[in-house]
Amino acid sequence: MEAQPANLPAPTASRASLRLPGIGTGVGNGMVVLYLSIVVLLPLAAVGSEAFSLGLGHFWEQVTSPLAVKSLKLTVVCSLVVVVLNGIFGTILAWLLVRDEFPGKSIVNAVIDLPFALPTIVASLVLLTLYGSDSPLGIDIASTRAAVVVALMFVTLPFVVRAVQPLLLEMDREMEAAAASLGAGNFTIFRRIIFPNLLPGLGAGVALAFARALGEFGSVLLFAGGLPDTTVTSVFIRNQVESNNLVGASAVSMVLLLASLLLLGCVSLIQRWSARHV
Amino acid sequence: MSSRWGLRFLGLGYLTLLLLIPLAMIFYKTFEDGIGPPLDAVTSPDGLHALKLSLLMVAISVPLNTIFGVGCALLLVRHKTKLNPGIDAVINLPFAVSPVVIGLSLYLLYGVGGWFSFIGEEGLKIVFAVPGMVLASIFVSLPFVVRETVPVLQEIGTDQERAASTLGANGWQTFWKITLPSIRWGVAYGIVLTTARVLGEFGAVTIVSGSISGQTQTLPLFVEKQYANFNSTGAYGASLVLALLALITLFAMNLLKRKEDA
Repeated sequence: MEAQPANLPAPTASRASLRLPGIGTGVGNGMVVLYLSIVVLLPLAAVGSEAFSLGLGHFWEQVTSPLAVKSLKLTVVCSLVVVVLNGIFGTILAWLLVRDEFPGKSIVNAVIDLPFALPTIVASLVLLTLYGSDSPLGIDIASTRAAVVVALMFVTLPFVVRAVQPLLLEMDREMEAAAASLGAGNFTIFRRIIFPNLLPGLGAGVALAFARALGEFGSVLLFAGGLPDTTVTSVFIRNQVESNNLVGASAVSMVLLLASLLLLGCVSLIQRWSARHV
Repeated sequence: MSSRWGLRFLGLGYLTLLLLIPLAMIFYKTFEDGIGPPLDAVTSPDGLHALKLSLLMVAISVPLNTIFGVGCALLLVRHKTKLNPGIDAVINLPFAVSPVVIGLSLYLLYGVGGWFSFIGEEGLKIVFAVPGMVLASIFVSLPFVVRETVPVLQEIGTDQERAASTLGANGWQTFWKITLPSIRWGVAYGIVLTTARVLGEFGAVTIVSGSISGQTQTLPLFVEKQYANFNSTGAYGASLVLALLALITLFAMNLLKRKEDA
């Protein structure tokens, strides 16, 4: 799931001696561009065109309508809470997986990816059963903002773990040993040595998790429901489509799209920065 | 030492509450009233149709995105052009776009009044039909094979490919005999992720499909419909099928990661 920049090929000496299908002829390029246009670009262009089809004024009216603003605020605030929580717990889990030894560690390592593999609607259903009105644990948070947060925590859990884990694995432990021999305590070592080294991975993981949380739909749907107070932006867009307000749906979609693009831009900047500085 | 136990408690406790108990819960709830009711729901005509449709989505989207993914990765790594940064950015888009927005985008493009609505008028129904669902599945699962193949291609370098070319192999021979065998585990990992994503996709497909029972319902849509119809046994039966597929996915991911590292 990592969104690594793919534009760092090994330097090639001369292209003349390398023969691979579709390369150097332009046919390959053409087909890739065509496929991407049909699958991704044209549909998204249709959303942009629909959003502004009744003019900029109408677009702004739709985006700033009270319900749209409410859903955007809810989504952003919940996503922020979620990435902070997963930033902390994700780092702890990555730490346990790299530096700790305990029985069942390989199973834990495998289970981390479960949210990538389990359909979101199944996650929503089971979270509802577990933390809903029939909760065997006696915790009923269904259809509340807490439910939005828990659903988003579930789907974004792997991002931070998987982004921090490789950095921890690669980290030179001599630095920590040196710091310890100079009298630094555990917390100081973490703050001054480990944390700064993990920062690029943590930043990238958090940004990816945030982008995912902003657009999440399935896992929130059953568990948090569509009450006015728990309508996240994606559910709001779905509601607008169902009530045939396609311009409104597209306008809010554009806002969501822009936010996610900014975040992905951040990820690629962080990765380029860390590639230069590590 | 106490801080180590504290971290274990926090990390593993979090994981247990968020992932492990929910996973166990799927199994428990499905068989709460015995094996009969969930089995009946999954093997009902609508349930079987949903399963078949989900498999059809996989059968179409995964090969297409695999061929595209390998070809695109080859271009990105082995052939530097001015288009590369743009292509790279577009490939990441499906990760950034909400599934609901993806569904909406196809609805707008192919639906009534859309730029491509003529296709529907010619008789090939796209929206509220299988072709639209296939397009949605392809869109959401596009990046995986490219993303997993690019780093492997970078790592293996071009020495062997150049040697093959020098010895007179043509492009396809070099690809089949040298390139593909060296990147196969990366590609396979990408295929597994693509398959899991297509099987589980809900948001994008729900918008373009209309979720008509027995017609345009994949397994995740079937789960939602069963739940909405207060048939939670049916919802759990189908969920269990999806959860088992997810566990197989996890197993395959781990196996392939190990092969890749070896």
